[in-house]
Amino acid sequence: MTQELTTLMETPSQTGGPYVHIGCIPSFTGITSIYPVDLGVSPIEDGAAGEIVTITGEVIDGTGWALRDAMLESWQADAAGLYPGQPGADPKVNGFCRFAADKETGKFTLRTVKPGRTPMRYGGTQAPHISVWIVARGINIGLSTRIYFEDEDNDSDPLLARIEQRQRVSTLIARKTGDGQYTFNIVLQGDGETVFLDL
Amino acid sequence: MDHGPLIPRNRAAHPPAYDVDYKTAVPRSPRWPLLSMESTISEETGPTFGHGILGKHDNNLIVNYTQGEGLAVGERIRVHGRVLDENARPVPNTLVEIWQANAGGRYRHVKDNYFAPLDPNFGGCGRTITDDNGFYEFLTIRPGAYPWPNRANDWRPMHIHFSIFGHAFGQRLISQMYFQGDPLIDLCPIAATIKSRSQLDRLVAPLDMQGSRPMDYLAYKFDIVLRGNRQTMFENKLEGM
Ligand SMILES: [Fe+2]
Repeated sequence: MTQELTTLMETPSQTGGPYVHIGCIPSFTGITSIYPVDLGVSPIEDGAAGEIVTITGEVIDGTGWALRDAMLESWQADAAGLYPGQPGADPKVNGFCRFAADKETGKFTLRTVKPGRTPMRYGGTQAPHISVWIVARGINIGLSTRIYFEDEDNDSDPLLARIEQRQRVSTLIARKTGDGQYTFNIVLQGDGETVFLDL
Repeated sequence: MDHGPLIPRNRAAHPPAYDVDYKTAVPRSPRWPLLSMESTISEETGPTFGHGILGKHDNNLIVNYTQGEGLAVGERIRVHGRVLDENARPVPNTLVEIWQANAGGRYRHVKDNYFAPLDPNFGGCGRTITDDNGFYEFLTIRPGAYPWPNRANDWRPMHIHFSIFGHAFGQRLISQMYFQGDPLIDLCPIAATIKSRSQLDRLVAPLDMQGSRPMDYLAYKFDIVLRGNRQTMFENKLEGM
């Protein structure tokens, strides 16, 4: 026998289910009398410093079907690479957004400011990126990934550097389709499967 | 403020992504391993929400849909507990959101066409923020069990969906609370995605008579544990020497 450890085990995850919108973005399903506004409607307010970008995409399953019921959350730094709450962070950037796949088309849209580079604990920096968390029916534990940008310097990013199969790096990089416009699809399974993260 | 790196997630605490008995998980589960790395500032920070976002009825699902004009139908219950981290420290001032079916097992959602009727006085969501010691509570009605398309005759046990933030985006968690004694728990393919019986038991809230109120509501206690931060005296020494 030994002494007992006093640490606890994390509560197990369960799927958000098909009705995750009710709890997270109730106006999606017409529930508007409880909260004046859904949480996480926008990660920025008017006047946020930096380049405004719009990222559109789909969450695609292993058969090639775009999910109509996915709910996504994003978290990011401001244009200077400061996270909300850090000294000097842009007060117009709250950094958090909730957005859903369209129930007819499966398309999602995230409008935000492009984040700056962020520091690593032991030196070096991370390339600009937005953290994304995906939940839906059939997803037993929320999937984490990141959106990087193809027109930024991603070469020295420590996370991207750890991807052994270099052709998979592109699954984390949003493709520029126009001025301030990017496409970023999330492939849950199969050809071009997105790199999901465990950080 | 640097709380230190997050403790790496213990995947054995959670259901695997792929589970053949939960059919929708089959095409929605990644096949390649997750990319593991020590957490960065991106996972160690997260959105925070102040008590100021809360409306008067936000954590009372019996009245919040009508803002107090009418009462939802069903067995009145209080659901309460504490949010802790893996280090057994309370997680104060963190947002807890819930959503659930009404007493007949019907959700107020465009995609739910189960013929149990909607309750005109019930919306089905609520939220609160834990206090300085990590405690939270909701007043609601006990949700009904409901059938769902998986195998030919699958039913969800009575459950309440929970969403919890913590103070870091890497702590983000969605789960479900079940009710003590519900025989449908052992028949449910979603509950069964959790392969460890002791872990599944942690989602089953016990009846808590001491937390109930005579002639008003029963209570169920549901504690939640989020990831913790790694905290050692050596944390800031780069090369470990
Ligand atoms: Fe449910």
